[in-house]
Amino acid sequence: MSQAVAERPVRRPPRPGRPADQFRMSPLSSAGLGVAVLWLSILVLLPLAAVVAKGTGSGWAGFANAFTDSRAYDAIKLTVLASLGVSIANAVMGTVIAWVLVRDSFPGKRILEIVIDLPFALPTIVAGLVLLTLYGPNSAVAPDWQGTRPGIIVALLFVTLPFVVRTVEPVLLSLETDVEEAAASLGAGPFTTFRRIVLPAITPAVLSGSALAFGRAMGEYGSVVLISGQLEHKTEVASLYIYKQIQDDALPEAAATATVLLIISLLVMAAMGAGQYWSARRA
Amino acid sequence: MGIAAQHIYKRFGDFVALDDVNLDVRSGELTALLGPSGGGKSTLLRIIGGLEDADSGSVIIDGVEATGVPAQRRNVGFVFQHYAAFKHLSVYRNVSFGLEIRKRSKAEIRNRVHELLELVHLDQFADRLPSQLSGGQRQRMALARALAVEPKVLLLDEPFGALDAKVRKELRDWLRRLHDEVHVTTVFVTHDQEEALEVSDSLVVINHGRIEQVGSPNELYDHPVNDFVMGFLGPVTELNGQLVRPHDIEVLSTDLTGSVQAKVHRLVRIGFEVRAELDAGDSQPWVQLTRGQADALELETGSVVWLRPSRDASTLVPQAGPPGAAAVNRTTVGP
Repeated sequence: MSQAVAERPVRRPPRPGRPADQFRMSPLSSAGLGVAVLWLSILVLLPLAAVVAKGTGSGWAGFANAFTDSRAYDAIKLTVLASLGVSIANAVMGTVIAWVLVRDSFPGKRILEIVIDLPFALPTIVAGLVLLTLYGPNSAVAPDWQGTRPGIIVALLFVTLPFVVRTVEPVLLSLETDVEEAAASLGAGPFTTFRRIVLPAITPAVLSGSALAFGRAMGEYGSVVLISGQLEHKTEVASLYIYKQIQDDALPEAAATATVLLIISLLVMAAMGAGQYWSARRA
Repeated sequence: MGIAAQHIYKRFGDFVALDDVNLDVRSGELTALLGPSGGGKSTLLRIIGGLEDADSGSVIIDGVEATGVPAQRRNVGFVFQHYAAFKHLSVYRNVSFGLEIRKRSKAEIRNRVHELLELVHLDQFADRLPSQLSGGQRQRMALARALAVEPKVLLLDEPFGALDAKVRKELRDWLRRLHDEVHVTTVFVTHDQEEALEVSDSLVVINHGRIEQVGSPNELYDHPVNDFVMGFLGPVTELNGQLVRPHDIEVLSTDLTGSVQAKVHRLVRIGFEVRAELDAGDSQPWVQLTRGQADALELETGSVVWLRPSRDASTLVPQAGPPGAAAVNRTTVGP
């Protein structure tokens, strides 16, 4: 009986990055790599290095200031916590919206597709103005959130909405529904099927979208500047604080705060990237 | 017992997928639903499995009314054309999925999964991911996964359709032997008549949302009720106003009772078989011969021979009406 099914098992593909193969490249891909590294260096690495150099240039005093100065500390803490909260909210809501867009058909779906991208298309200061009209002191429909933290959260939620939706949507589209049908025929209810079959498949995309949203929220300025009211210790986000420091000619302090933001962003992105790698390996 | 689908009607928009279909599948049998794509066979299978709802009609599985019962509570094993593997779970976890849902004990799950993996010859691959298996192996895993929950019926939707010809043939033999071991009532959908004839105990030919004929493979091959069934199950040619299988035509070197004169127009040799295309005046039949027969007759292009249907040949007068007009719709599967 066994020889009837003696197909050859598929071998594990060799793991990439083995020393022997790693650096063997064609001239074309070497050139490509060169251009990519150069581009990345000029646009990203050089400015980042400059910021770090500036921040630590006046010794560790300026750098430590970013932690000891309670105004800087509050601004960083607010920014990080708000960004984390917004990424988590986006992870959930973005997934729900993507699910609805992919799996359901309803009148006005095309319009919703466009509306989702609006925060990408709108200049952030315009978004800030819109939010101020809606949640500001003269609003007829909503509470006055100017100068409050909910105001900041709403602004950040607005500008980061599309990230998770747009990363999860194509993955959901590529998911075969027969996998869910198989789970159902094996006795799994809709919730179990989602948790055990769908969720593992979309987790990398959710993480990657959330990481993008987090990065965006950390640096957001335009949409927050109006609604936050810029109250020190209360609603001053890090980008506002840095801007004001520069205005006050305190460049090293600004750069030090920027460096701290940079490090936190890198750490969070790396953690999410690790999560992504881990879940993608299993998917 | 087995499966009974009664007065099943299903449409998708304007397209009628199933039109008052009645099907009885006997317990423990291996039944093939055979027909061209778009004929409704997969829809019927999905309705039996609870993955699709019929617009009207009822499904009874093992004597229990199943209409309206969702797939998750039908206790039906379903195998899909494209495996539907849980990609992030190992082979072991794929197979144990249904048992975990049913909250069986760890020890029981372990025994059952290993027993099944042995049955499908994948025991040594228990820790692999589906992406590390070949197509045939993935489909065997899917089969083990479906069998794990001890389903009342096993439904397979074009299970070998995505595999290459050689693997398909191996799996076909293997499915037949597996069924002889496990004896679970099995229905499988295929558009490959050879597969259906070779594997099944009984055959249901479906076309245009209706059942054309039901019976054992031999019955259907030898006594098709209409041109469609005859043409779908094997080669057909026309001789003297009758439809006949090309291997059921006698080639004679002299004029005997009931024979028609014909001239060899072309000879093609395909491995062990010789195909002779002939010109018989009002019809252009072709005949399937063995090489030995062709040599004995000293056939060559231009030879004049006489043709008649062999004594036990099944012949059919082509119908004027639409194909399937004489379809038998209320039939019990099996001899």
